[in-house]
Amino acid sequence: MTTVHAVVLRAAGINCDLETQHALELAGAAVQRIHINRLKENPALLDGFQILVLPGGFSYGDDVAAGKILANQILHHLRDAMRTFLEKGKLILGICNGFQVLIKTGLLPGFNGSGQTSFTLTDNDSGRFEDRWVYLQPGTNRCVFLDPGRRIYLPIAHGEGKLAAKDAAALEQVRQGGYAAFRYVDAAGNPGPFPINPNGSVDDIAALTDSTGRILGLMPHPERFVRWTQHPHWTRLKINEQEPTDGMMIFTNAVRYIREHF
Amino acid sequence: MTVKLWRFEVSSRPGFRDVHGQAVLADIRECGVSSVQEVIFAKVYLIEADFDEAFARRVGQELLCDPVCQEFLIGRSTVPAGPMPACILEVHLKSGVTDPVAESVLSALRDMGVRTVEHVRTARKYILLGALTEKDRDRIIRRVLANDCIEEVVIGSDAEPPSPHTRPYELRLIELPIRNLDEEGLVRLSRERDLFLNLREMQTIQEYYRRIGREPTDIELETLAQTWSEHCVHKTLKSSVEFECDGQVFHFSNLLKETVFKATQELGKPWCISVFSDNAGVIEFDEETAVCFKVETHNHPSALDPYGGAATGIGGVIRDPMGTGLGAKPIANTDVFCFGLPNTPHDRVPKGVLHPRRVLKGVVAGVRDYGNRMGIPTVNGAVYFDNRYIANPLVFCGNVGLIPRDKCFKHPQTGHLIVVVGGRTGRDGIHGATFSSGEMTHQHEEIFSHAVQIGNAITEKKMLDTLLQARDAGLYEAITDCGAGGLSSAVGEMGAELGAEVDLEKVPLKYQGLSYTEIWISEAQERMVIAVKPENLEAILKLFAAEDVEATVIGRFTDDKKLTLRYNGVQVGQLEMNFLHEGICKYSRKAVWRTPCLPEPHFPSKESYTEDLLAILSSYNVASKEWIIRQYDHEVQGGSVIKPLMGAANDGPSDAAVIRPKYYSNRGIAIACGMNPCYGDLDPYQMALSGIDEAVRNLICVGARFDRIALLDNFCWGDCSRPQTFGSLVRAAQACYDGAKAFEAPFISGKDSLNNEFVCEDGTRIIIPPTLLISAVGIVEDIRKCVTMDLKEPGNFLFLVGLTRKELGGSHLSRLYGQTGGTVPTVDLHLAPQIAQRLSEAIADGLVRSCHDCSEGGLAAALAEMAFAGGLGIQADLRGLPVSQDCQTAAEQLFSESNSRYLVEVTPACYHAFAKRMLNLPFGQIGEVVEQPRLQIRDAHQRLVIDADLDALKAAWKTPLSLG
Repeated sequence: MTTVHAVVLRAAGINCDLETQHALELAGAAVQRIHINRLKENPALLDGFQILVLPGGFSYGDDVAAGKILANQILHHLRDAMRTFLEKGKLILGICNGFQVLIKTGLLPGFNGSGQTSFTLTDNDSGRFEDRWVYLQPGTNRCVFLDPGRRIYLPIAHGEGKLAAKDAAALEQVRQGGYAAFRYVDAAGNPGPFPINPNGSVDDIAALTDSTGRILGLMPHPERFVRWTQHPHWTRLKINEQEPTDGMMIFTNAVRYIREHF
Repeated sequence: MTVKLWRFEVSSRPGFRDVHGQAVLADIRECGVSSVQEVIFAKVYLIEADFDEAFARRVGQELLCDPVCQEFLIGRSTVPAGPMPACILEVHLKSGVTDPVAESVLSALRDMGVRTVEHVRTARKYILLGALTEKDRDRIIRRVLANDCIEEVVIGSDAEPPSPHTRPYELRLIELPIRNLDEEGLVRLSRERDLFLNLREMQTIQEYYRRIGREPTDIELETLAQTWSEHCVHKTLKSSVEFECDGQVFHFSNLLKETVFKATQELGKPWCISVFSDNAGVIEFDEETAVCFKVETHNHPSALDPYGGAATGIGGVIRDPMGTGLGAKPIANTDVFCFGLPNTPHDRVPKGVLHPRRVLKGVVAGVRDYGNRMGIPTVNGAVYFDNRYIANPLVFCGNVGLIPRDKCFKHPQTGHLIVVVGGRTGRDGIHGATFSSGEMTHQHEEIFSHAVQIGNAITEKKMLDTLLQARDAGLYEAITDCGAGGLSSAVGEMGAELGAEVDLEKVPLKYQGLSYTEIWISEAQERMVIAVKPENLEAILKLFAAEDVEATVIGRFTDDKKLTLRYNGVQVGQLEMNFLHEGICKYSRKAVWRTPCLPEPHFPSKESYTEDLLAILSSYNVASKEWIIRQYDHEVQGGSVIKPLMGAANDGPSDAAVIRPKYYSNRGIAIACGMNPCYGDLDPYQMALSGIDEAVRNLICVGARFDRIALLDNFCWGDCSRPQTFGSLVRAAQACYDGAKAFEAPFISGKDSLNNEFVCEDGTRIIIPPTLLISAVGIVEDIRKCVTMDLKEPGNFLFLVGLTRKELGGSHLSRLYGQTGGTVPTVDLHLAPQIAQRLSEAIADGLVRSCHDCSEGGLAAALAEMAFAGGLGIQADLRGLPVSQDCQTAAEQLFSESNSRYLVEVTPACYHAFAKRMLNLPFGQIGEVVEQPRLQIRDAHQRLVIDADLDALKAAWKTPLSLG
């Protein structure tokens, strides 16, 4: 069986790298955490990996805007290396702050590699950071990270997670083109106001993919639900420990995809 | 190309919400100004760099402005056209104050290829629309927009921001003659230099200099003042005490050693690894790993600057485990706050004091932003409200760390290099240690603005990431944090047995202009001191540089038992370590306690107590803290097992937090606290025991082992030079000894903060109630056995374990009826540990479906919480309640706050096994879980005394502290 190599990017203020590494390891990947400074020195380091994960945290303290400074570093130092990585059919996952970075580099939604920043993640409507669990309904069949049709339950923990579109045309393109990977819904799958949509995201969108389906950026944290005892009412559930958690789905799908394609 | 000052303003694009502007508008309304119609916010960047106009546009587009929801302009925006009068205010940081955003922009500009950037500054600009009086404008500035300690407000559109440039420093050695001063002169010297040393201490210092035959330099006096401050040496708690308690006389030669420490010593638990000796207490977790825990207060700074004070409070306590042994990895934060009532009218807030609502919001935001950025889950806490905290809010921040067993001790040696790591040193936080040791007055805001420290979580996070790598590579031999007293305390302590020499000009500075003394005593945040073997220096500096963390050699440890300080080669101070650490005179104090003789409270006999229950659930102390809890990331690091809010709708109040710190082990750590200042006025001894019992109860409820509980104490009191005030503290300390012994739960760390008093303009004094926070940490053998407090299934039985007595002194029912006296809840030191132990075993055996302790609001409140957290009703019957003989009325049984009581849900299948476990303990079946969502309680005479819909109960509980 192919060994799947994943890299979890570190940077000043990134703070979900260890649990993200753990989730990938549970999914069967060989994982390294690498600091952005090492990649800036040697972008070719990326060649050794098939999955790149930008984990959650507060890269550079969210200074200027969430994910902005790290996105700026990637654009000015790793643009070519990232392009090559994607052209080889590899996967990129951005969680929370990582999603913010992917949006701010223009990689998401990307619109066929146009690189334009037509969306942003900005301050929650509530005006404050919130940690709460949300239900997510897949909005596309294209994205390799998710099981189409499987509604999942994951925690969010962010202050700047409201997805906003530059204009109606960009939003329409996302809707029509299947770029919305997940939408916030209630337990029964219906859309609704706060707290169902916890931040006021346009069209209830919680996650975006690109035109290839090989990039996923999402505000919720799949790496925080890889064991049943992380579920907020696990003491009320009849637990089958063999059954994979909703968070593991994302990582397992990624690893399986690489095994099948490399 | 020449360097030019570029000014950028970034604001919301039309069609996108101006979140900051709206938040400020809401705050303005909240502080009572209604004439402002709209607030427009813009972020201002001032960049001195060598790029041209075209590049400036790129900087605006690509870096500073979000292309989707923001727009920018280069230069100054003007007042919007229209009939509405406008006021433009710009908030700048005072020169010298750290600006982390500016630092990030600077490095991003370099990423964009800009070679010369002289300076970056940022500011916030507010345009207030509406007819505003000058008085209201100034009020808004003071109360909403800016913190006078660190910020400066520029009014109008043409006003110039403060210059960022500071003057260089030229060495000028300052001697402060002391040998010939009389008593008055000594006192004056102490006061004028803000030393907070009293006459006896000044005389001790005078004798020392007479003996060595010279005058002290300023840096020597400052070092002594820091090291001898109440904050650093706890001279009050370590003093000898003549204590008269209700006519009986006790003598302590060292209060702390003969109460709190003594219990730990006598218990002699082999799983205690390091107690009361390092920056945090350390206990065993498993064979390879240990847990450490420390709780600190940051009260005075939080009173002046709630956001900054709380942020640096949490930032500082995180560095305690990081500076314990060879450094622990922080894995959880705790926070407990005491505030004035949030609904206090503005005109009832004393001059020089911030409104409790502003303090609360600022403190929560400070803990939130620092803790969340550090990637440490904030998992447990509590909030208490009492208007005696209005001028002295209490902010307790705790941190739990994980450390390898073989890294629990430090070994600095002669010849090791002294290396300072992390943030740079600035003028911030000067005199924090001495300042926090004194009382506050209405003038404090102006006088002690420099005592406020400025935090930057990302600097600390970077430092943490690299320090753990260096620790695991074995690259340093000792570590400690720069907390109160700055380098002075850190180096002084680490070199106490050896001697140390420091070249102060080597310390990296945020800006020029600091004197050698300021460098030495600055409490600038995010700095640690490590001891490095010369042969490891190159490797460790490389490791730090690889992740942009600054590390600098500033001196070395010697063997002369002296502290030698130099600046550019000139000796500016030298002290004998022995005098510095042992020279402080011993104090003897008097303490008195007389148990107040107050009548028992009396409550009207009523048909229904539903309204009383609703009122108690919606009292600030009992009400849901969800608004605060959700702002904290309590799940980062992926270890959460019992979250602060659990239950069917994720909103039930957990008794304790449980985390699973190692990915491949099912062992867990439980964290809880206990505190009840309401009892302290009546009986500080029982208050302290109640705190211990509550902390233990909370741990037991979630499934912690009974025989692995460690405690921490935090005493916050008023001025203990008054024998009565000190007497109440002595009573609490005595209870700590008795409680720890009874539960076999040793104290492993502690801290005190005294003089929490405020002198108002008219001379009246506001004194906080005696406040003892007990924090507890326990081990969970298997986290899969943990239990939460929400009801699980209809048909299950509800038991109450423990005895309900007529103990309503200080209770919520008493508050409701304005009653002040009465017997406060006591702790039966024989029975309480037995109940806790048996229940812990029952939970470990899987006999319990849910468990919740009875605390504030008594049995009725606990039943309500269990019911609405589980979305299931309860049919309860007080005939089954084990009560003392004098506790017979429904009001007493429903609302007594007797300790050591647990409500337990048990399935019919486990009924007998559970009952057998509880044999010979006071316990009784008091009800059943039902589908119908109502709480119904019948008293001993079968009258329906409480009958409420769960939604109504939950709404009463959830509404009061939803602060928007």
